[in-house]
Amino acid sequence: MPAASNSEYAIEVRNLDAHYGERQILNDINLHVHHGEIMVIMGGSGSGKSTLLRHLLGLNTPTRGSIKLLGQDLAHNSEQAMFELRRKMGVAFQGGALFGSMTVEENVVLPLCEHTELDENTMRIMGRMKLEVVNLAEFGDLMPSELSGGMIKRAALARAIIMDPRLLFFDEPSAGLDPVAAVELDELILRLRQAMNITIVVVTHELESAFKIADRITVLDQGMILMTDSVEAVRNSDNPRIQSLLNRLPRDDAIDADEYMERLTGI
Amino acid sequence: MECTTRLENGFTIIALCGEVDLHFSPKAREIILKHLQDKNHVLVDLSAVTYIDSSGVASLVEGFQHARTHDLKFALVGVSKAAMQILQLSRLDKVFPIIANATEAAQL
Repeated sequence: MPAASNSEYAIEVRNLDAHYGERQILNDINLHVHHGEIMVIMGGSGSGKSTLLRHLLGLNTPTRGSIKLLGQDLAHNSEQAMFELRRKMGVAFQGGALFGSMTVEENVVLPLCEHTELDENTMRIMGRMKLEVVNLAEFGDLMPSELSGGMIKRAALARAIIMDPRLLFFDEPSAGLDPVAAVELDELILRLRQAMNITIVVVTHELESAFKIADRITVLDQGMILMTDSVEAVRNSDNPRIQSLLNRLPRDDAIDADEYMERLTGI
Repeated sequence: MECTTRLENGFTIIALCGEVDLHFSPKAREIILKHLQDKNHVLVDLSAVTYIDSSGVASLVEGFQHARTHDLKFALVGVSKAAMQILQLSRLDKVFPIIANATEAAQL
């Protein structure tokens, strides 16, 4: 495995606040992820998971707080340093984000074309190796529109790992997949970590998947971290919001009648 | 990353060590292909490799493919645990001839 960076943590988030306009989305997020760890960020819709992911990727700028990836503070990195850092990051987006006008194989090798000067033959072999890893070896010539949902996610994963990243971010790997495809993808994530010692952050609301792959889980709710702990500790948490999430119960928050009426009537 | 070569029992043994990554793999590829183009049988010693990335493995694949098409012998020797895990990920451990040490090359 490549030498770890000198920093203690692969990812370190301190006192992170995020807003969309006036609306606060994340509130005082503190989080660290060890090198080689699989951290699952879990929460219901609107909990702030995707916003946190966008901040971890450096796509959004926080209103307060800091984010360090591999020891580098995103707010103080030069453009060149961010470019270098991004070479060490892989992202598999929820919808795949494959280019529809390119074949699967062309999509997978695209980062190599953009970031390296490797021989074309080397790039082609690397792309096909990654397609082997995700069991898409025979589908490299297809267009993304010809793939099933599970295949698109695997193709996106192949592209995300083509540069052998140190950090892998995976947004909703199991969402929309049948149970068998979901389990296969979970197994693949575990194999990748074992072989390549990648630090992996998975954003999901799929409980089974989270429990299977996570070393630790961070539970987000209404922009705040309810808990960051082991799978077992999260399962056994007596926090009612966490239990609601685990037992798939609808939220039953107390309602302030005045606020509620104001929202409906504007008065 | 360092690389040494030596001749032993009719094989060129190319010993890679340290990290074989995007920065070094083009050099490793060049050395491997050069010896094969010179029609040498090649062993690539990976016992001192602490990390090999996909570009490094791709260089080995290219070397093996060149050897196969030119009727030359090619094998990996003393594959380190780190390298083996990467080979296993793409099931290449079942594709490359892999031997424990150079003396086993006589069986190739």
